[in-house]
Amino acid sequence: MYPIVRKEKLADQIILMDIKAPRVAKECLPGQFIIAKVDEVGERIPLTICDYDREKETVTIVVQTIGAGTMRMMDLNEGDELADFVGPLGCASELCMEENLEETKKKSIVFIAGGLGTAPVYPQVKWLHEHGVDVDVIMGSRTKDLLFYIDEMKAVAKNVYVTTDDGTYGFHGNGCQQLEALVGEGKHYDTCVAIGPMIMMKFVCVLTKKLEIPTIVSMNPIMVDGTGMCGACRLMVGGEVKFACVDGPEFDGHLVDFDQAMKRQQQYKTEEGRAKLAYEEGDTHHGGCGHCGGDK
Amino acid sequence: MGDVLVRIPVREQEPKVRATNFEEVCYGYNEEEAVEEASRCLNCKNAQCMKGCPVSINIPAFIEQVKNRNFEAAYQIISESSALPAVCGRVCPQESQCEGKCIRGIKGEPVAIGKLERFVADWARENGIKPKKADSLNGKKVAVIGSGPAGLTCAGDLAKLGYDVTIFEALHAAGGVLSYGIPEFRLPKDKVVAAEVENVKSLGVKIETNVVIGKSIKIDELMEEEGFEAVFIGSGAGLPRFMGIPGEQANGVFSANEFLTRNNLMKAFKEGYETPISRGKKVVVVGGGNVAMDAARTALRLGAETHIVYRRGEDELPARKEEVHHAKEEGIIFDLLQNPTEILVDENGWVKGIRIIKMELGEPDASGRRSPVEIPGSEYEIECDTVIMSLGTSPNPLISSTTIGLDINRRKCIIANEETGATSKEGVYAGGDAVTGAATVILAMGAGKAAAKGIHEFLSNK
Ligand SMILES: Cc1cc2nc3c(=O)[nH]c(=O)nc-3n(C[C@H](O)[C@H](O)[C@H](O)COP(=O)(O)OP(=O)(O)OC[C@H]3O[C@@H](n4cnc5c(N)ncnc54)[C@H](O)[C@@H]3O)c2cc1C
Ligand SMILES: Cc1cc2nc3c(=O)[nH]c(=O)nc-3n(C[C@H](O)[C@H](O)[C@H](O)COP(=O)(O)OP(=O)(O)OC[C@H]3O[C@@H](n4cnc5c(N)ncnc54)[C@H](O)[C@@H]3O)c2cc1C
Ligand code: SF4
Ligand code: FES
Repeated sequence: MYPIVRKEKLADQIILMDIKAPRVAKECLPGQFIIAKVDEVGERIPLTICDYDREKETVTIVVQTIGAGTMRMMDLNEGDELADFVGPLGCASELCMEENLEETKKKSIVFIAGGLGTAPVYPQVKWLHEHGVDVDVIMGSRTKDLLFYIDEMKAVAKNVYVTTDDGTYGFHGNGCQQLEALVGEGKHYDTCVAIGPMIMMKFVCVLTKKLEIPTIVSMNPIMVDGTGMCGACRLMVGGEVKFACVDGPEFDGHLVDFDQAMKRQQQYKTEEGRAKLAYEEGDTHHGGCGHCGGDK
Repeated sequence: MGDVLVRIPVREQEPKVRATNFEEVCYGYNEEEAVEEASRCLNCKNAQCMKGCPVSINIPAFIEQVKNRNFEAAYQIISESSALPAVCGRVCPQESQCEGKCIRGIKGEPVAIGKLERFVADWARENGIKPKKADSLNGKKVAVIGSGPAGLTCAGDLAKLGYDVTIFEALHAAGGVLSYGIPEFRLPKDKVVAAEVENVKSLGVKIETNVVIGKSIKIDELMEEEGFEAVFIGSGAGLPRFMGIPGEQANGVFSANEFLTRNNLMKAFKEGYETPISRGKKVVVVGGGNVAMDAARTALRLGAETHIVYRRGEDELPARKEEVHHAKEEGIIFDLLQNPTEILVDENGWVKGIRIIKMELGEPDASGRRSPVEIPGSEYEIECDTVIMSLGTSPNPLISSTTIGLDINRRKCIIANEETGATSKEGVYAGGDAVTGAATVILAMGAGKAAAKGIHEFLSNK
């Protein structure tokens, strides 16, 4: 069992938890993820590692309510335990590897975090900062109430540009528009890392292709085991089948087939998919989160 | 007494009834039936059945004890060679092993060795007979990777010899394929699999779930930092294969591993579990092995009309005969000598059908197997909403790619000595599907036993 040692509300429907998981905390690196299970009947829920404390043996996760699984996780409190917590899974971010540090130092890097993407972007920016690489971060959300981690991010990034779609905070517009504006002002970037909903990563890639900025994305397809055993997480990258859980989750965004990946992510969401669901999930898909793509 | 040439029939759930539930298909023998079936055994001096058994169970000896109603003695005889008789009695391909060689089988039906093995194992469990714990511990730590039949057997044998054994399992539950692959209706999870796992634990073996070796910790770290003096790799062959045909990424196309894992390990079929699963209306399963039969019979039970599409003929189906027979009884439709060429996808990205080409068997190749060849112009389409790919699996490179000095072959299988399980890396042993590629429970168990012996010798001489 894996105790919840801290729980905090970050924004509407978004919480942060520190989980005591010694093995994961010891080995994990930015870019990797875990799979958590609330109890015997719960689903296996993949979540990005958002921070870790090797001494306290804790791993930080940030969870947004999407359906039954994440909702039940949200109901847990400090002192409760998760039945299962396995990881670290997937490959670490290539930018955050000691062996690539010399190369990375030469780069001018911009991170674009969409919505919940802020959480997985943070440990990468922090790691880079601790290793002497300062980067720019664009963090966007639909509206002010969904923003979190602004101060934390400012402490580790060179420049932080906050955007909201509705203009209630910071730049009025989305991350793409902010990036275009920055480049228009003469900023030069030679690497972009975009993490957020698939639809957002897709549009960032359309833009960065035009701007000729190589772009890394972090894919979040449906997963089961997270070890390469089921193939649920497969996606096409550069015309080849890849398993996001072992080959990724980070890929060259300019090679990813986003349209297919988005369809696959809705497998248990679309009308056809839902009609076929064995499990009566009730009306848990509230829509409008813009995150799961379920209302597209 | 009945005709000695004919087996005592085994009671089974009615096909029509069982096609709608996940209860075990076969009820097994009761005491009377078992004793009567046992009396058909000729107790051959030169018992052929034993030669067909990959772990050489003393078959005539245990059957003799069943005949005499000494069920516990029968269990002890089986236990000398097999650690998982309740499992093997249910899932071994007996027709090509012990029963295939049985002398009784020359003129009539072979002795139902598998059903007798199952009876004995179930009797032992129901009567609380447990394997014996080691008298004293030797304090030496051994790590076992994977809790499938290979890992469980190796761990159990080493614990009986006094080793301090920890099993590391990537998934959240122990059992390997026995838990995530083979369905409830063929191998009950709580009654049989969990009981076998408990037996291993009662020998003092620790099981740490949620540890992915190669990710959570590497083998070198286990040995250097956590004090394990030897490691056994029983990580199976879990990597699914796909065909590489157009449309394979569509929604509604699953690997058998995904489909079965959702249903077996994560109990999608059971009330109260949150796991979603696609309950097709019409399901096509591609492949002809045990895995294909299990996927098809699961889809059927979830309510679908189910087809098996296999590129060779009936005689070539690699599945156990009993499974094919059961599948047919339950109403699975077999489209044999046929092969998919494309999965048809609708505008929303969902499967809407599958294009299939008919095949015929060509000339026998060097190995004597007649390989299927396409019949030009014979293509046609089947409407369906779900396709399950069951084309075999290969070992996961997660461990081999993260362990320094561990040699693998071209098929990504770990290279290990058959008699001792020793690999190219000192102190590291391997066995089961990780070494052979996808095979059988009994072979994995046998390899686990051999490696336990190998490890014991290595550590005794160290
Ligand atoms: C590598 C990876 C990292 C992730 N990191 C985070 C994170 O840090 N924080 C966070 O809140 N979420 C993250 N997600 C998404 C999160 O796993 C899903 O939101 C969650 O599984 C939804 O489960 P549910 O039961 O609440 O939703 P439901 O809508 O009930 O789910 C139905 C099914 O669809 C699957 N599913 C639905 N949406 C997603 C999705 N976006 N991604 C993958 N599977 C999905 C679920 O597994 C489930 O099987 C990540 C996903 C992946 C693959
Ligand atoms: C659906 C299906 C039906 C079958 N039917 C039959 C049958 O009727 N009769 C028969 O004889 N055989 C059958 N088989 C084959 C048989 O189940 C296997 O040959 C056997 O289970 C192999 O045993 P194993 O211990 O080598 O590996 P597995 O049973 O595959 O167990 C390996 C375990 O290792 C774990 N693991 C893998 N990688 C790691 C890692 N890096 N770290 C930690 N743990 C890890 C896995 O999660 C798994 O639990 C069937 C297989 C399937 C899939
Ligand atoms: S070959 Fe058949 S008849 Fe002979 S000992 Fe074995 S089971 Fe009995
Ligand atoms: S999640 Fe199963 S293979 Fe990636």
